[in-house]
Amino acid sequence: MSERKSEERSSRSPVLTRRRLVLGGSLLGGALVVGYTARNIGAVASGALSIGAQSPDPSAFGPFIKIDEAGWVTVVNKHQEMGQGTHAGLAAIVAEELDADWEKVRLESSPANAAIYKNTVMGIQATAGSSAIAGSWDQLRHAGAAARAMFVQAAAGKWGVPVASINVRSGVVYHAGSDRQETFVELLADAAKVTPPANPTLKDPKDYKLIGTDLVRRKDSQSKSNGTARYTQDVQLPRMLTAMVAHPPRFGGKLASFDAGAARRIPGVVDVFEIGSGVAVVAEDTWSARRGRDALKITWDDTKAETRSSHELRALYRDIANGKTDVTGAAFHTVGNVERAFDGELFEASFDFPYLAHAAMEPMNCVARVDGRKVKLMFASQLQTMDQINAALTAISLPGMVEIETLPAGGSFGRRGIMTSDYVVECVNIARHVGGGRPVKLVWTREDDMTSGYYRPMVHHRISIKCGDAGLPAAWRHHAVAQALIPFGANEIAVEGIKNSPYLAVAAVVDGKVFTPKLAVPPAFWRSVGNSHTAMVLEHTVDQLARRAKRDPAEYRRAIYAKAGDVRRLAVLELVCKKAGWAGPIEAGWARGLAVHECFGTVVAQVAEVSMRGGIPKVRRVVCAVDCGVAVAPNQIAAQMEGGVCFGLSAALYGRITLDRGVPQETNFDGYRVLRMDEAPSVETYIVPSRRNPTGVGEPGVPLIAPAVANAILSLTGRATTGLPFVT
Amino acid sequence: MKLNVNGNDRNFDGDVRMPLLWAIRDHLGLTGTKYGCGVAQCGACTVHADGQALRSCSISVADAQGMRIRTIEGLGADHRLLAAWVKHDVPQCGYCQSGQIMQAAALLEAIPKPTDADIDGAMSGNICRCGTYQRIRAAIKDAAGVA
Repeated sequence: MSERKSEERSSRSPVLTRRRLVLGGSLLGGALVVGYTARNIGAVASGALSIGAQSPDPSAFGPFIKIDEAGWVTVVNKHQEMGQGTHAGLAAIVAEELDADWEKVRLESSPANAAIYKNTVMGIQATAGSSAIAGSWDQLRHAGAAARAMFVQAAAGKWGVPVASINVRSGVVYHAGSDRQETFVELLADAAKVTPPANPTLKDPKDYKLIGTDLVRRKDSQSKSNGTARYTQDVQLPRMLTAMVAHPPRFGGKLASFDAGAARRIPGVVDVFEIGSGVAVVAEDTWSARRGRDALKITWDDTKAETRSSHELRALYRDIANGKTDVTGAAFHTVGNVERAFDGELFEASFDFPYLAHAAMEPMNCVARVDGRKVKLMFASQLQTMDQINAALTAISLPGMVEIETLPAGGSFGRRGIMTSDYVVECVNIARHVGGGRPVKLVWTREDDMTSGYYRPMVHHRISIKCGDAGLPAAWRHHAVAQALIPFGANEIAVEGIKNSPYLAVAAVVDGKVFTPKLAVPPAFWRSVGNSHTAMVLEHTVDQLARRAKRDPAEYRRAIYAKAGDVRRLAVLELVCKKAGWAGPIEAGWARGLAVHECFGTVVAQVAEVSMRGGIPKVRRVVCAVDCGVAVAPNQIAAQMEGGVCFGLSAALYGRITLDRGVPQETNFDGYRVLRMDEAPSVETYIVPSRRNPTGVGEPGVPLIAPAVANAILSLTGRATTGLPFVT
Repeated sequence: MKLNVNGNDRNFDGDVRMPLLWAIRDHLGLTGTKYGCGVAQCGACTVHADGQALRSCSISVADAQGMRIRTIEGLGADHRLLAAWVKHDVPQCGYCQSGQIMQAAALLEAIPKPTDADIDGAMSGNICRCGTYQRIRAAIKDAAGVA
C-alpha cells in the first residue's frame, strides 16, 4: 500500500503556520531570556492568553501556599524541577518566612496559568536563565510572611493578647507572656478567615533559621532513589497509545512519500499517518511502535534541507568572521575610535565550537489528550506558556484551554525549553489525529533525541587585541559568528558575557560585532547558553595575555578587576585562590588553571588541577568560589557547581555533533561521549557571603571548566587551545 | 510465558523478542527501571538477573525467561543504599538513579568494602548527565562503611 502526502491530513495549515510565526516570534522570543527583552510583551501574554486557564486550588493563603488539617504546608511550585534543586530553595523561602516545620513542608506543581504563575523576570510561565530563585525571592517571601501574619493575627484574637507578644517556631504559635501555644492545624480555621496583609513584615536575614543552612535539603531524594518518582516516560493511562515518529534525516527535509504496509502488519500497531514533522506510528506499546516505525519505507525530499558537512560550515563561519561573505556583522559593542587602534602588534586568536546535543537522560517525550478543543498535556514542561500557545495553535484551540500537568524532567539542559515546543506540537498533532480524548504518549528514542537538532549552535570567535600599559588590553576587537536563538533582535545571546566583561571595560577601544548566518539546523538554549562559549574565549584569551605580559594569571586578572572596579570578581578570585592553594606548589606533570566569569548575575571562579594522560586532559580536582547573593540552599549550590563542572567538562572533553552532508553522525552515547564516573573530578564549593538578592546557580557553574582546563594545559604545555572539544 | 520478577512469577503474553526493559515497564507496570539509550551505553535500565547487574534494554524476554529478575521496586525499602542516597542528597533530575543504585547494590554484594578503583570499575557504565558522580561515590562508601 502506498500513501501519498495528504493536505487534509496535515493538521498544520499554512495559515496556522504563519500565525505561529507571528505569535510565537513576538511572545516567546521576547520574554524568554533574562535581560534580552521586553517584559511588557510577556505581560500581554500572561493576561490575554491565560483566559480560561486552569485555576489553582482555592487557598486562604494565596496561590503559592496550601495548609491542610494534617499540618502539611504545600508550596505550589510554578517552576520546572529538572534536577537543579530549585524546588528545595523555593520551599525554603516560604518555610523561612512562615516559620513552618521544614519536615512538614512539601511541594506540588502549579497549573499552567501565566496570569498567576508567570516568571516575574520573564513575564511568561517559564523556567530558564537560572532565574527561578531570583524571580521568586520577593514573591515567596511575601507569601510566606503574609501567611505567618494570618496565624499570628488569629492567635492574638483567639487569646486576646497583643500581636507583638506572639512568636512562631516550626509551625507552632506561641504567646510570650504565658505558656499558651497552638499549632498551625489548631489555628487553621481562624487563620483562614484573616485578611492577608498587603505588606507583611519580612524577616531580617540575620534571623534566618533555614535559609543559608544545610537544613535545606531536596524534597525528592527519596522518590528519585527508590524508583517511585513519576516522569513523563512513566505515565500510564487507560486506553493510552504509544507513538513514535520517523523524522527526516536532514534538517529542513520533508516527506516525499511513504509505504506503511509492512508497519501496519506489525502486531500492536494501531495506525500510521503523516504529521507535519514526519510519519507517526501509534501502537499498543513502545516495542510495537518501535517495530512499526522500523518497518516504514519512506522517501524524503531534501530539496530545502541542509546538506553541508560540519567542516564546510566551519570554513564558512571563518569566512564570515573575516568579512568574506555577504553576511554582515552587527555592532554589539563599540567604544572609542576604532580607526588605527589596531595598528601595530596584535594578539590574535580564533576559536571554533561545535554543535552540541543536550542529551538529557530522559529522551524527549510527551503525553497528550485532545478532545475537540480541550487539550490535556502531561509532561515535563519548562515553558508552560509557550507550550500552551503552540499546543493551542496545533489543536486550533486557545492557550487557556490547554491544561498542563507539569511533571519532573529527567534532565533538560535547555532541550525542554524550545520556543516552538517541537516535540509537544508533534504529540498534540498525533493525539488530535487519534482524537476522542484518547491519551497518546510520544516516545523519542535516544537516537531521535540526539539527531533532532535544537543544538547549542556552532560558533566561531575571532579576536584581535592590542595591549597597552602593563600588558593590559588597550583595544579589543571581537567578532562572533553564531545562529540566532530567537528569530529577531540583535543576537546578543551569541555574545553574552562579552560586553560587560571587565577585560573590555579596561580597553579604550572596543570593536564588537556579531554575525548571524541562517541555517536549517535548529539552534537552542543549552545550559549556560552563550556563556558556554564566550567564557572560554574570554578566559583563555586573558590567560594568554597574562602569559605575554609575563604576569601570573591570577595577579593579571586582579589588576584588571581592580581597574574596572569589579569587586565581585575580585572577591571570588581571592577566595578561589586561597582555597585552591593557587600560589602553592603542585606535583610534576600537573598544573592549575583558573577561570572567572559572570553568568546570569552569579559570579563564579574555578581552579582546575589537570594532567595530560595520553592526549586526554585528566581533571582531578576543581575548586569553585561562588557569589550568588544570599545563599538560599547551600547544599544545592554545591550540587549545581558539581553538576555544572561535570556537564561543562563533558562538552569540553568530548561534546560534538558532526554533520556529514547534513546528517548528524553521533546518535547515541557510543558516539556522543559524555563524562563518566572514572573521569569525574572532586569538586569543592565555597560561597562568598552576600546580602544581595539571590541569583541562580543552575547554569553559572558550567562555562568555566573548559577555560580552566585550557589554561592548565597552556601552563603545562605552552599550547593554546583554539576550539572544543579537547579530544578530537 | 512466565517472568520471575521481584520474587513473583508474572505472566507475559507479548512478543518474546521484546527487550526485557519494555516488558518490565509497559507490561508489568514497573516504571522505576528507566529507558535511556537502548544500547547498553547508559545503565539507566539496570536490573539484577540472578544477582548480577544487567542492562534490561539489551536482553530479550525470551532470554530472560528462567532468570530471577530484581528491579528497583524489589530492592527493599530499607536497603542501606537508599538511605545513603537520601543522606547525601544524591539525585538531581533523578532519572538515572534507580539504575545507579541497582548497579551499586550489585557491586556491594560482590565487594562489600569497595575501593575507589572498585567503584570506578563498577559504576563507569552508568551515565549521569547531571553530574552526581561524586555524591554517588560518597553514598556507596557511606553505605559500605568505608572511608
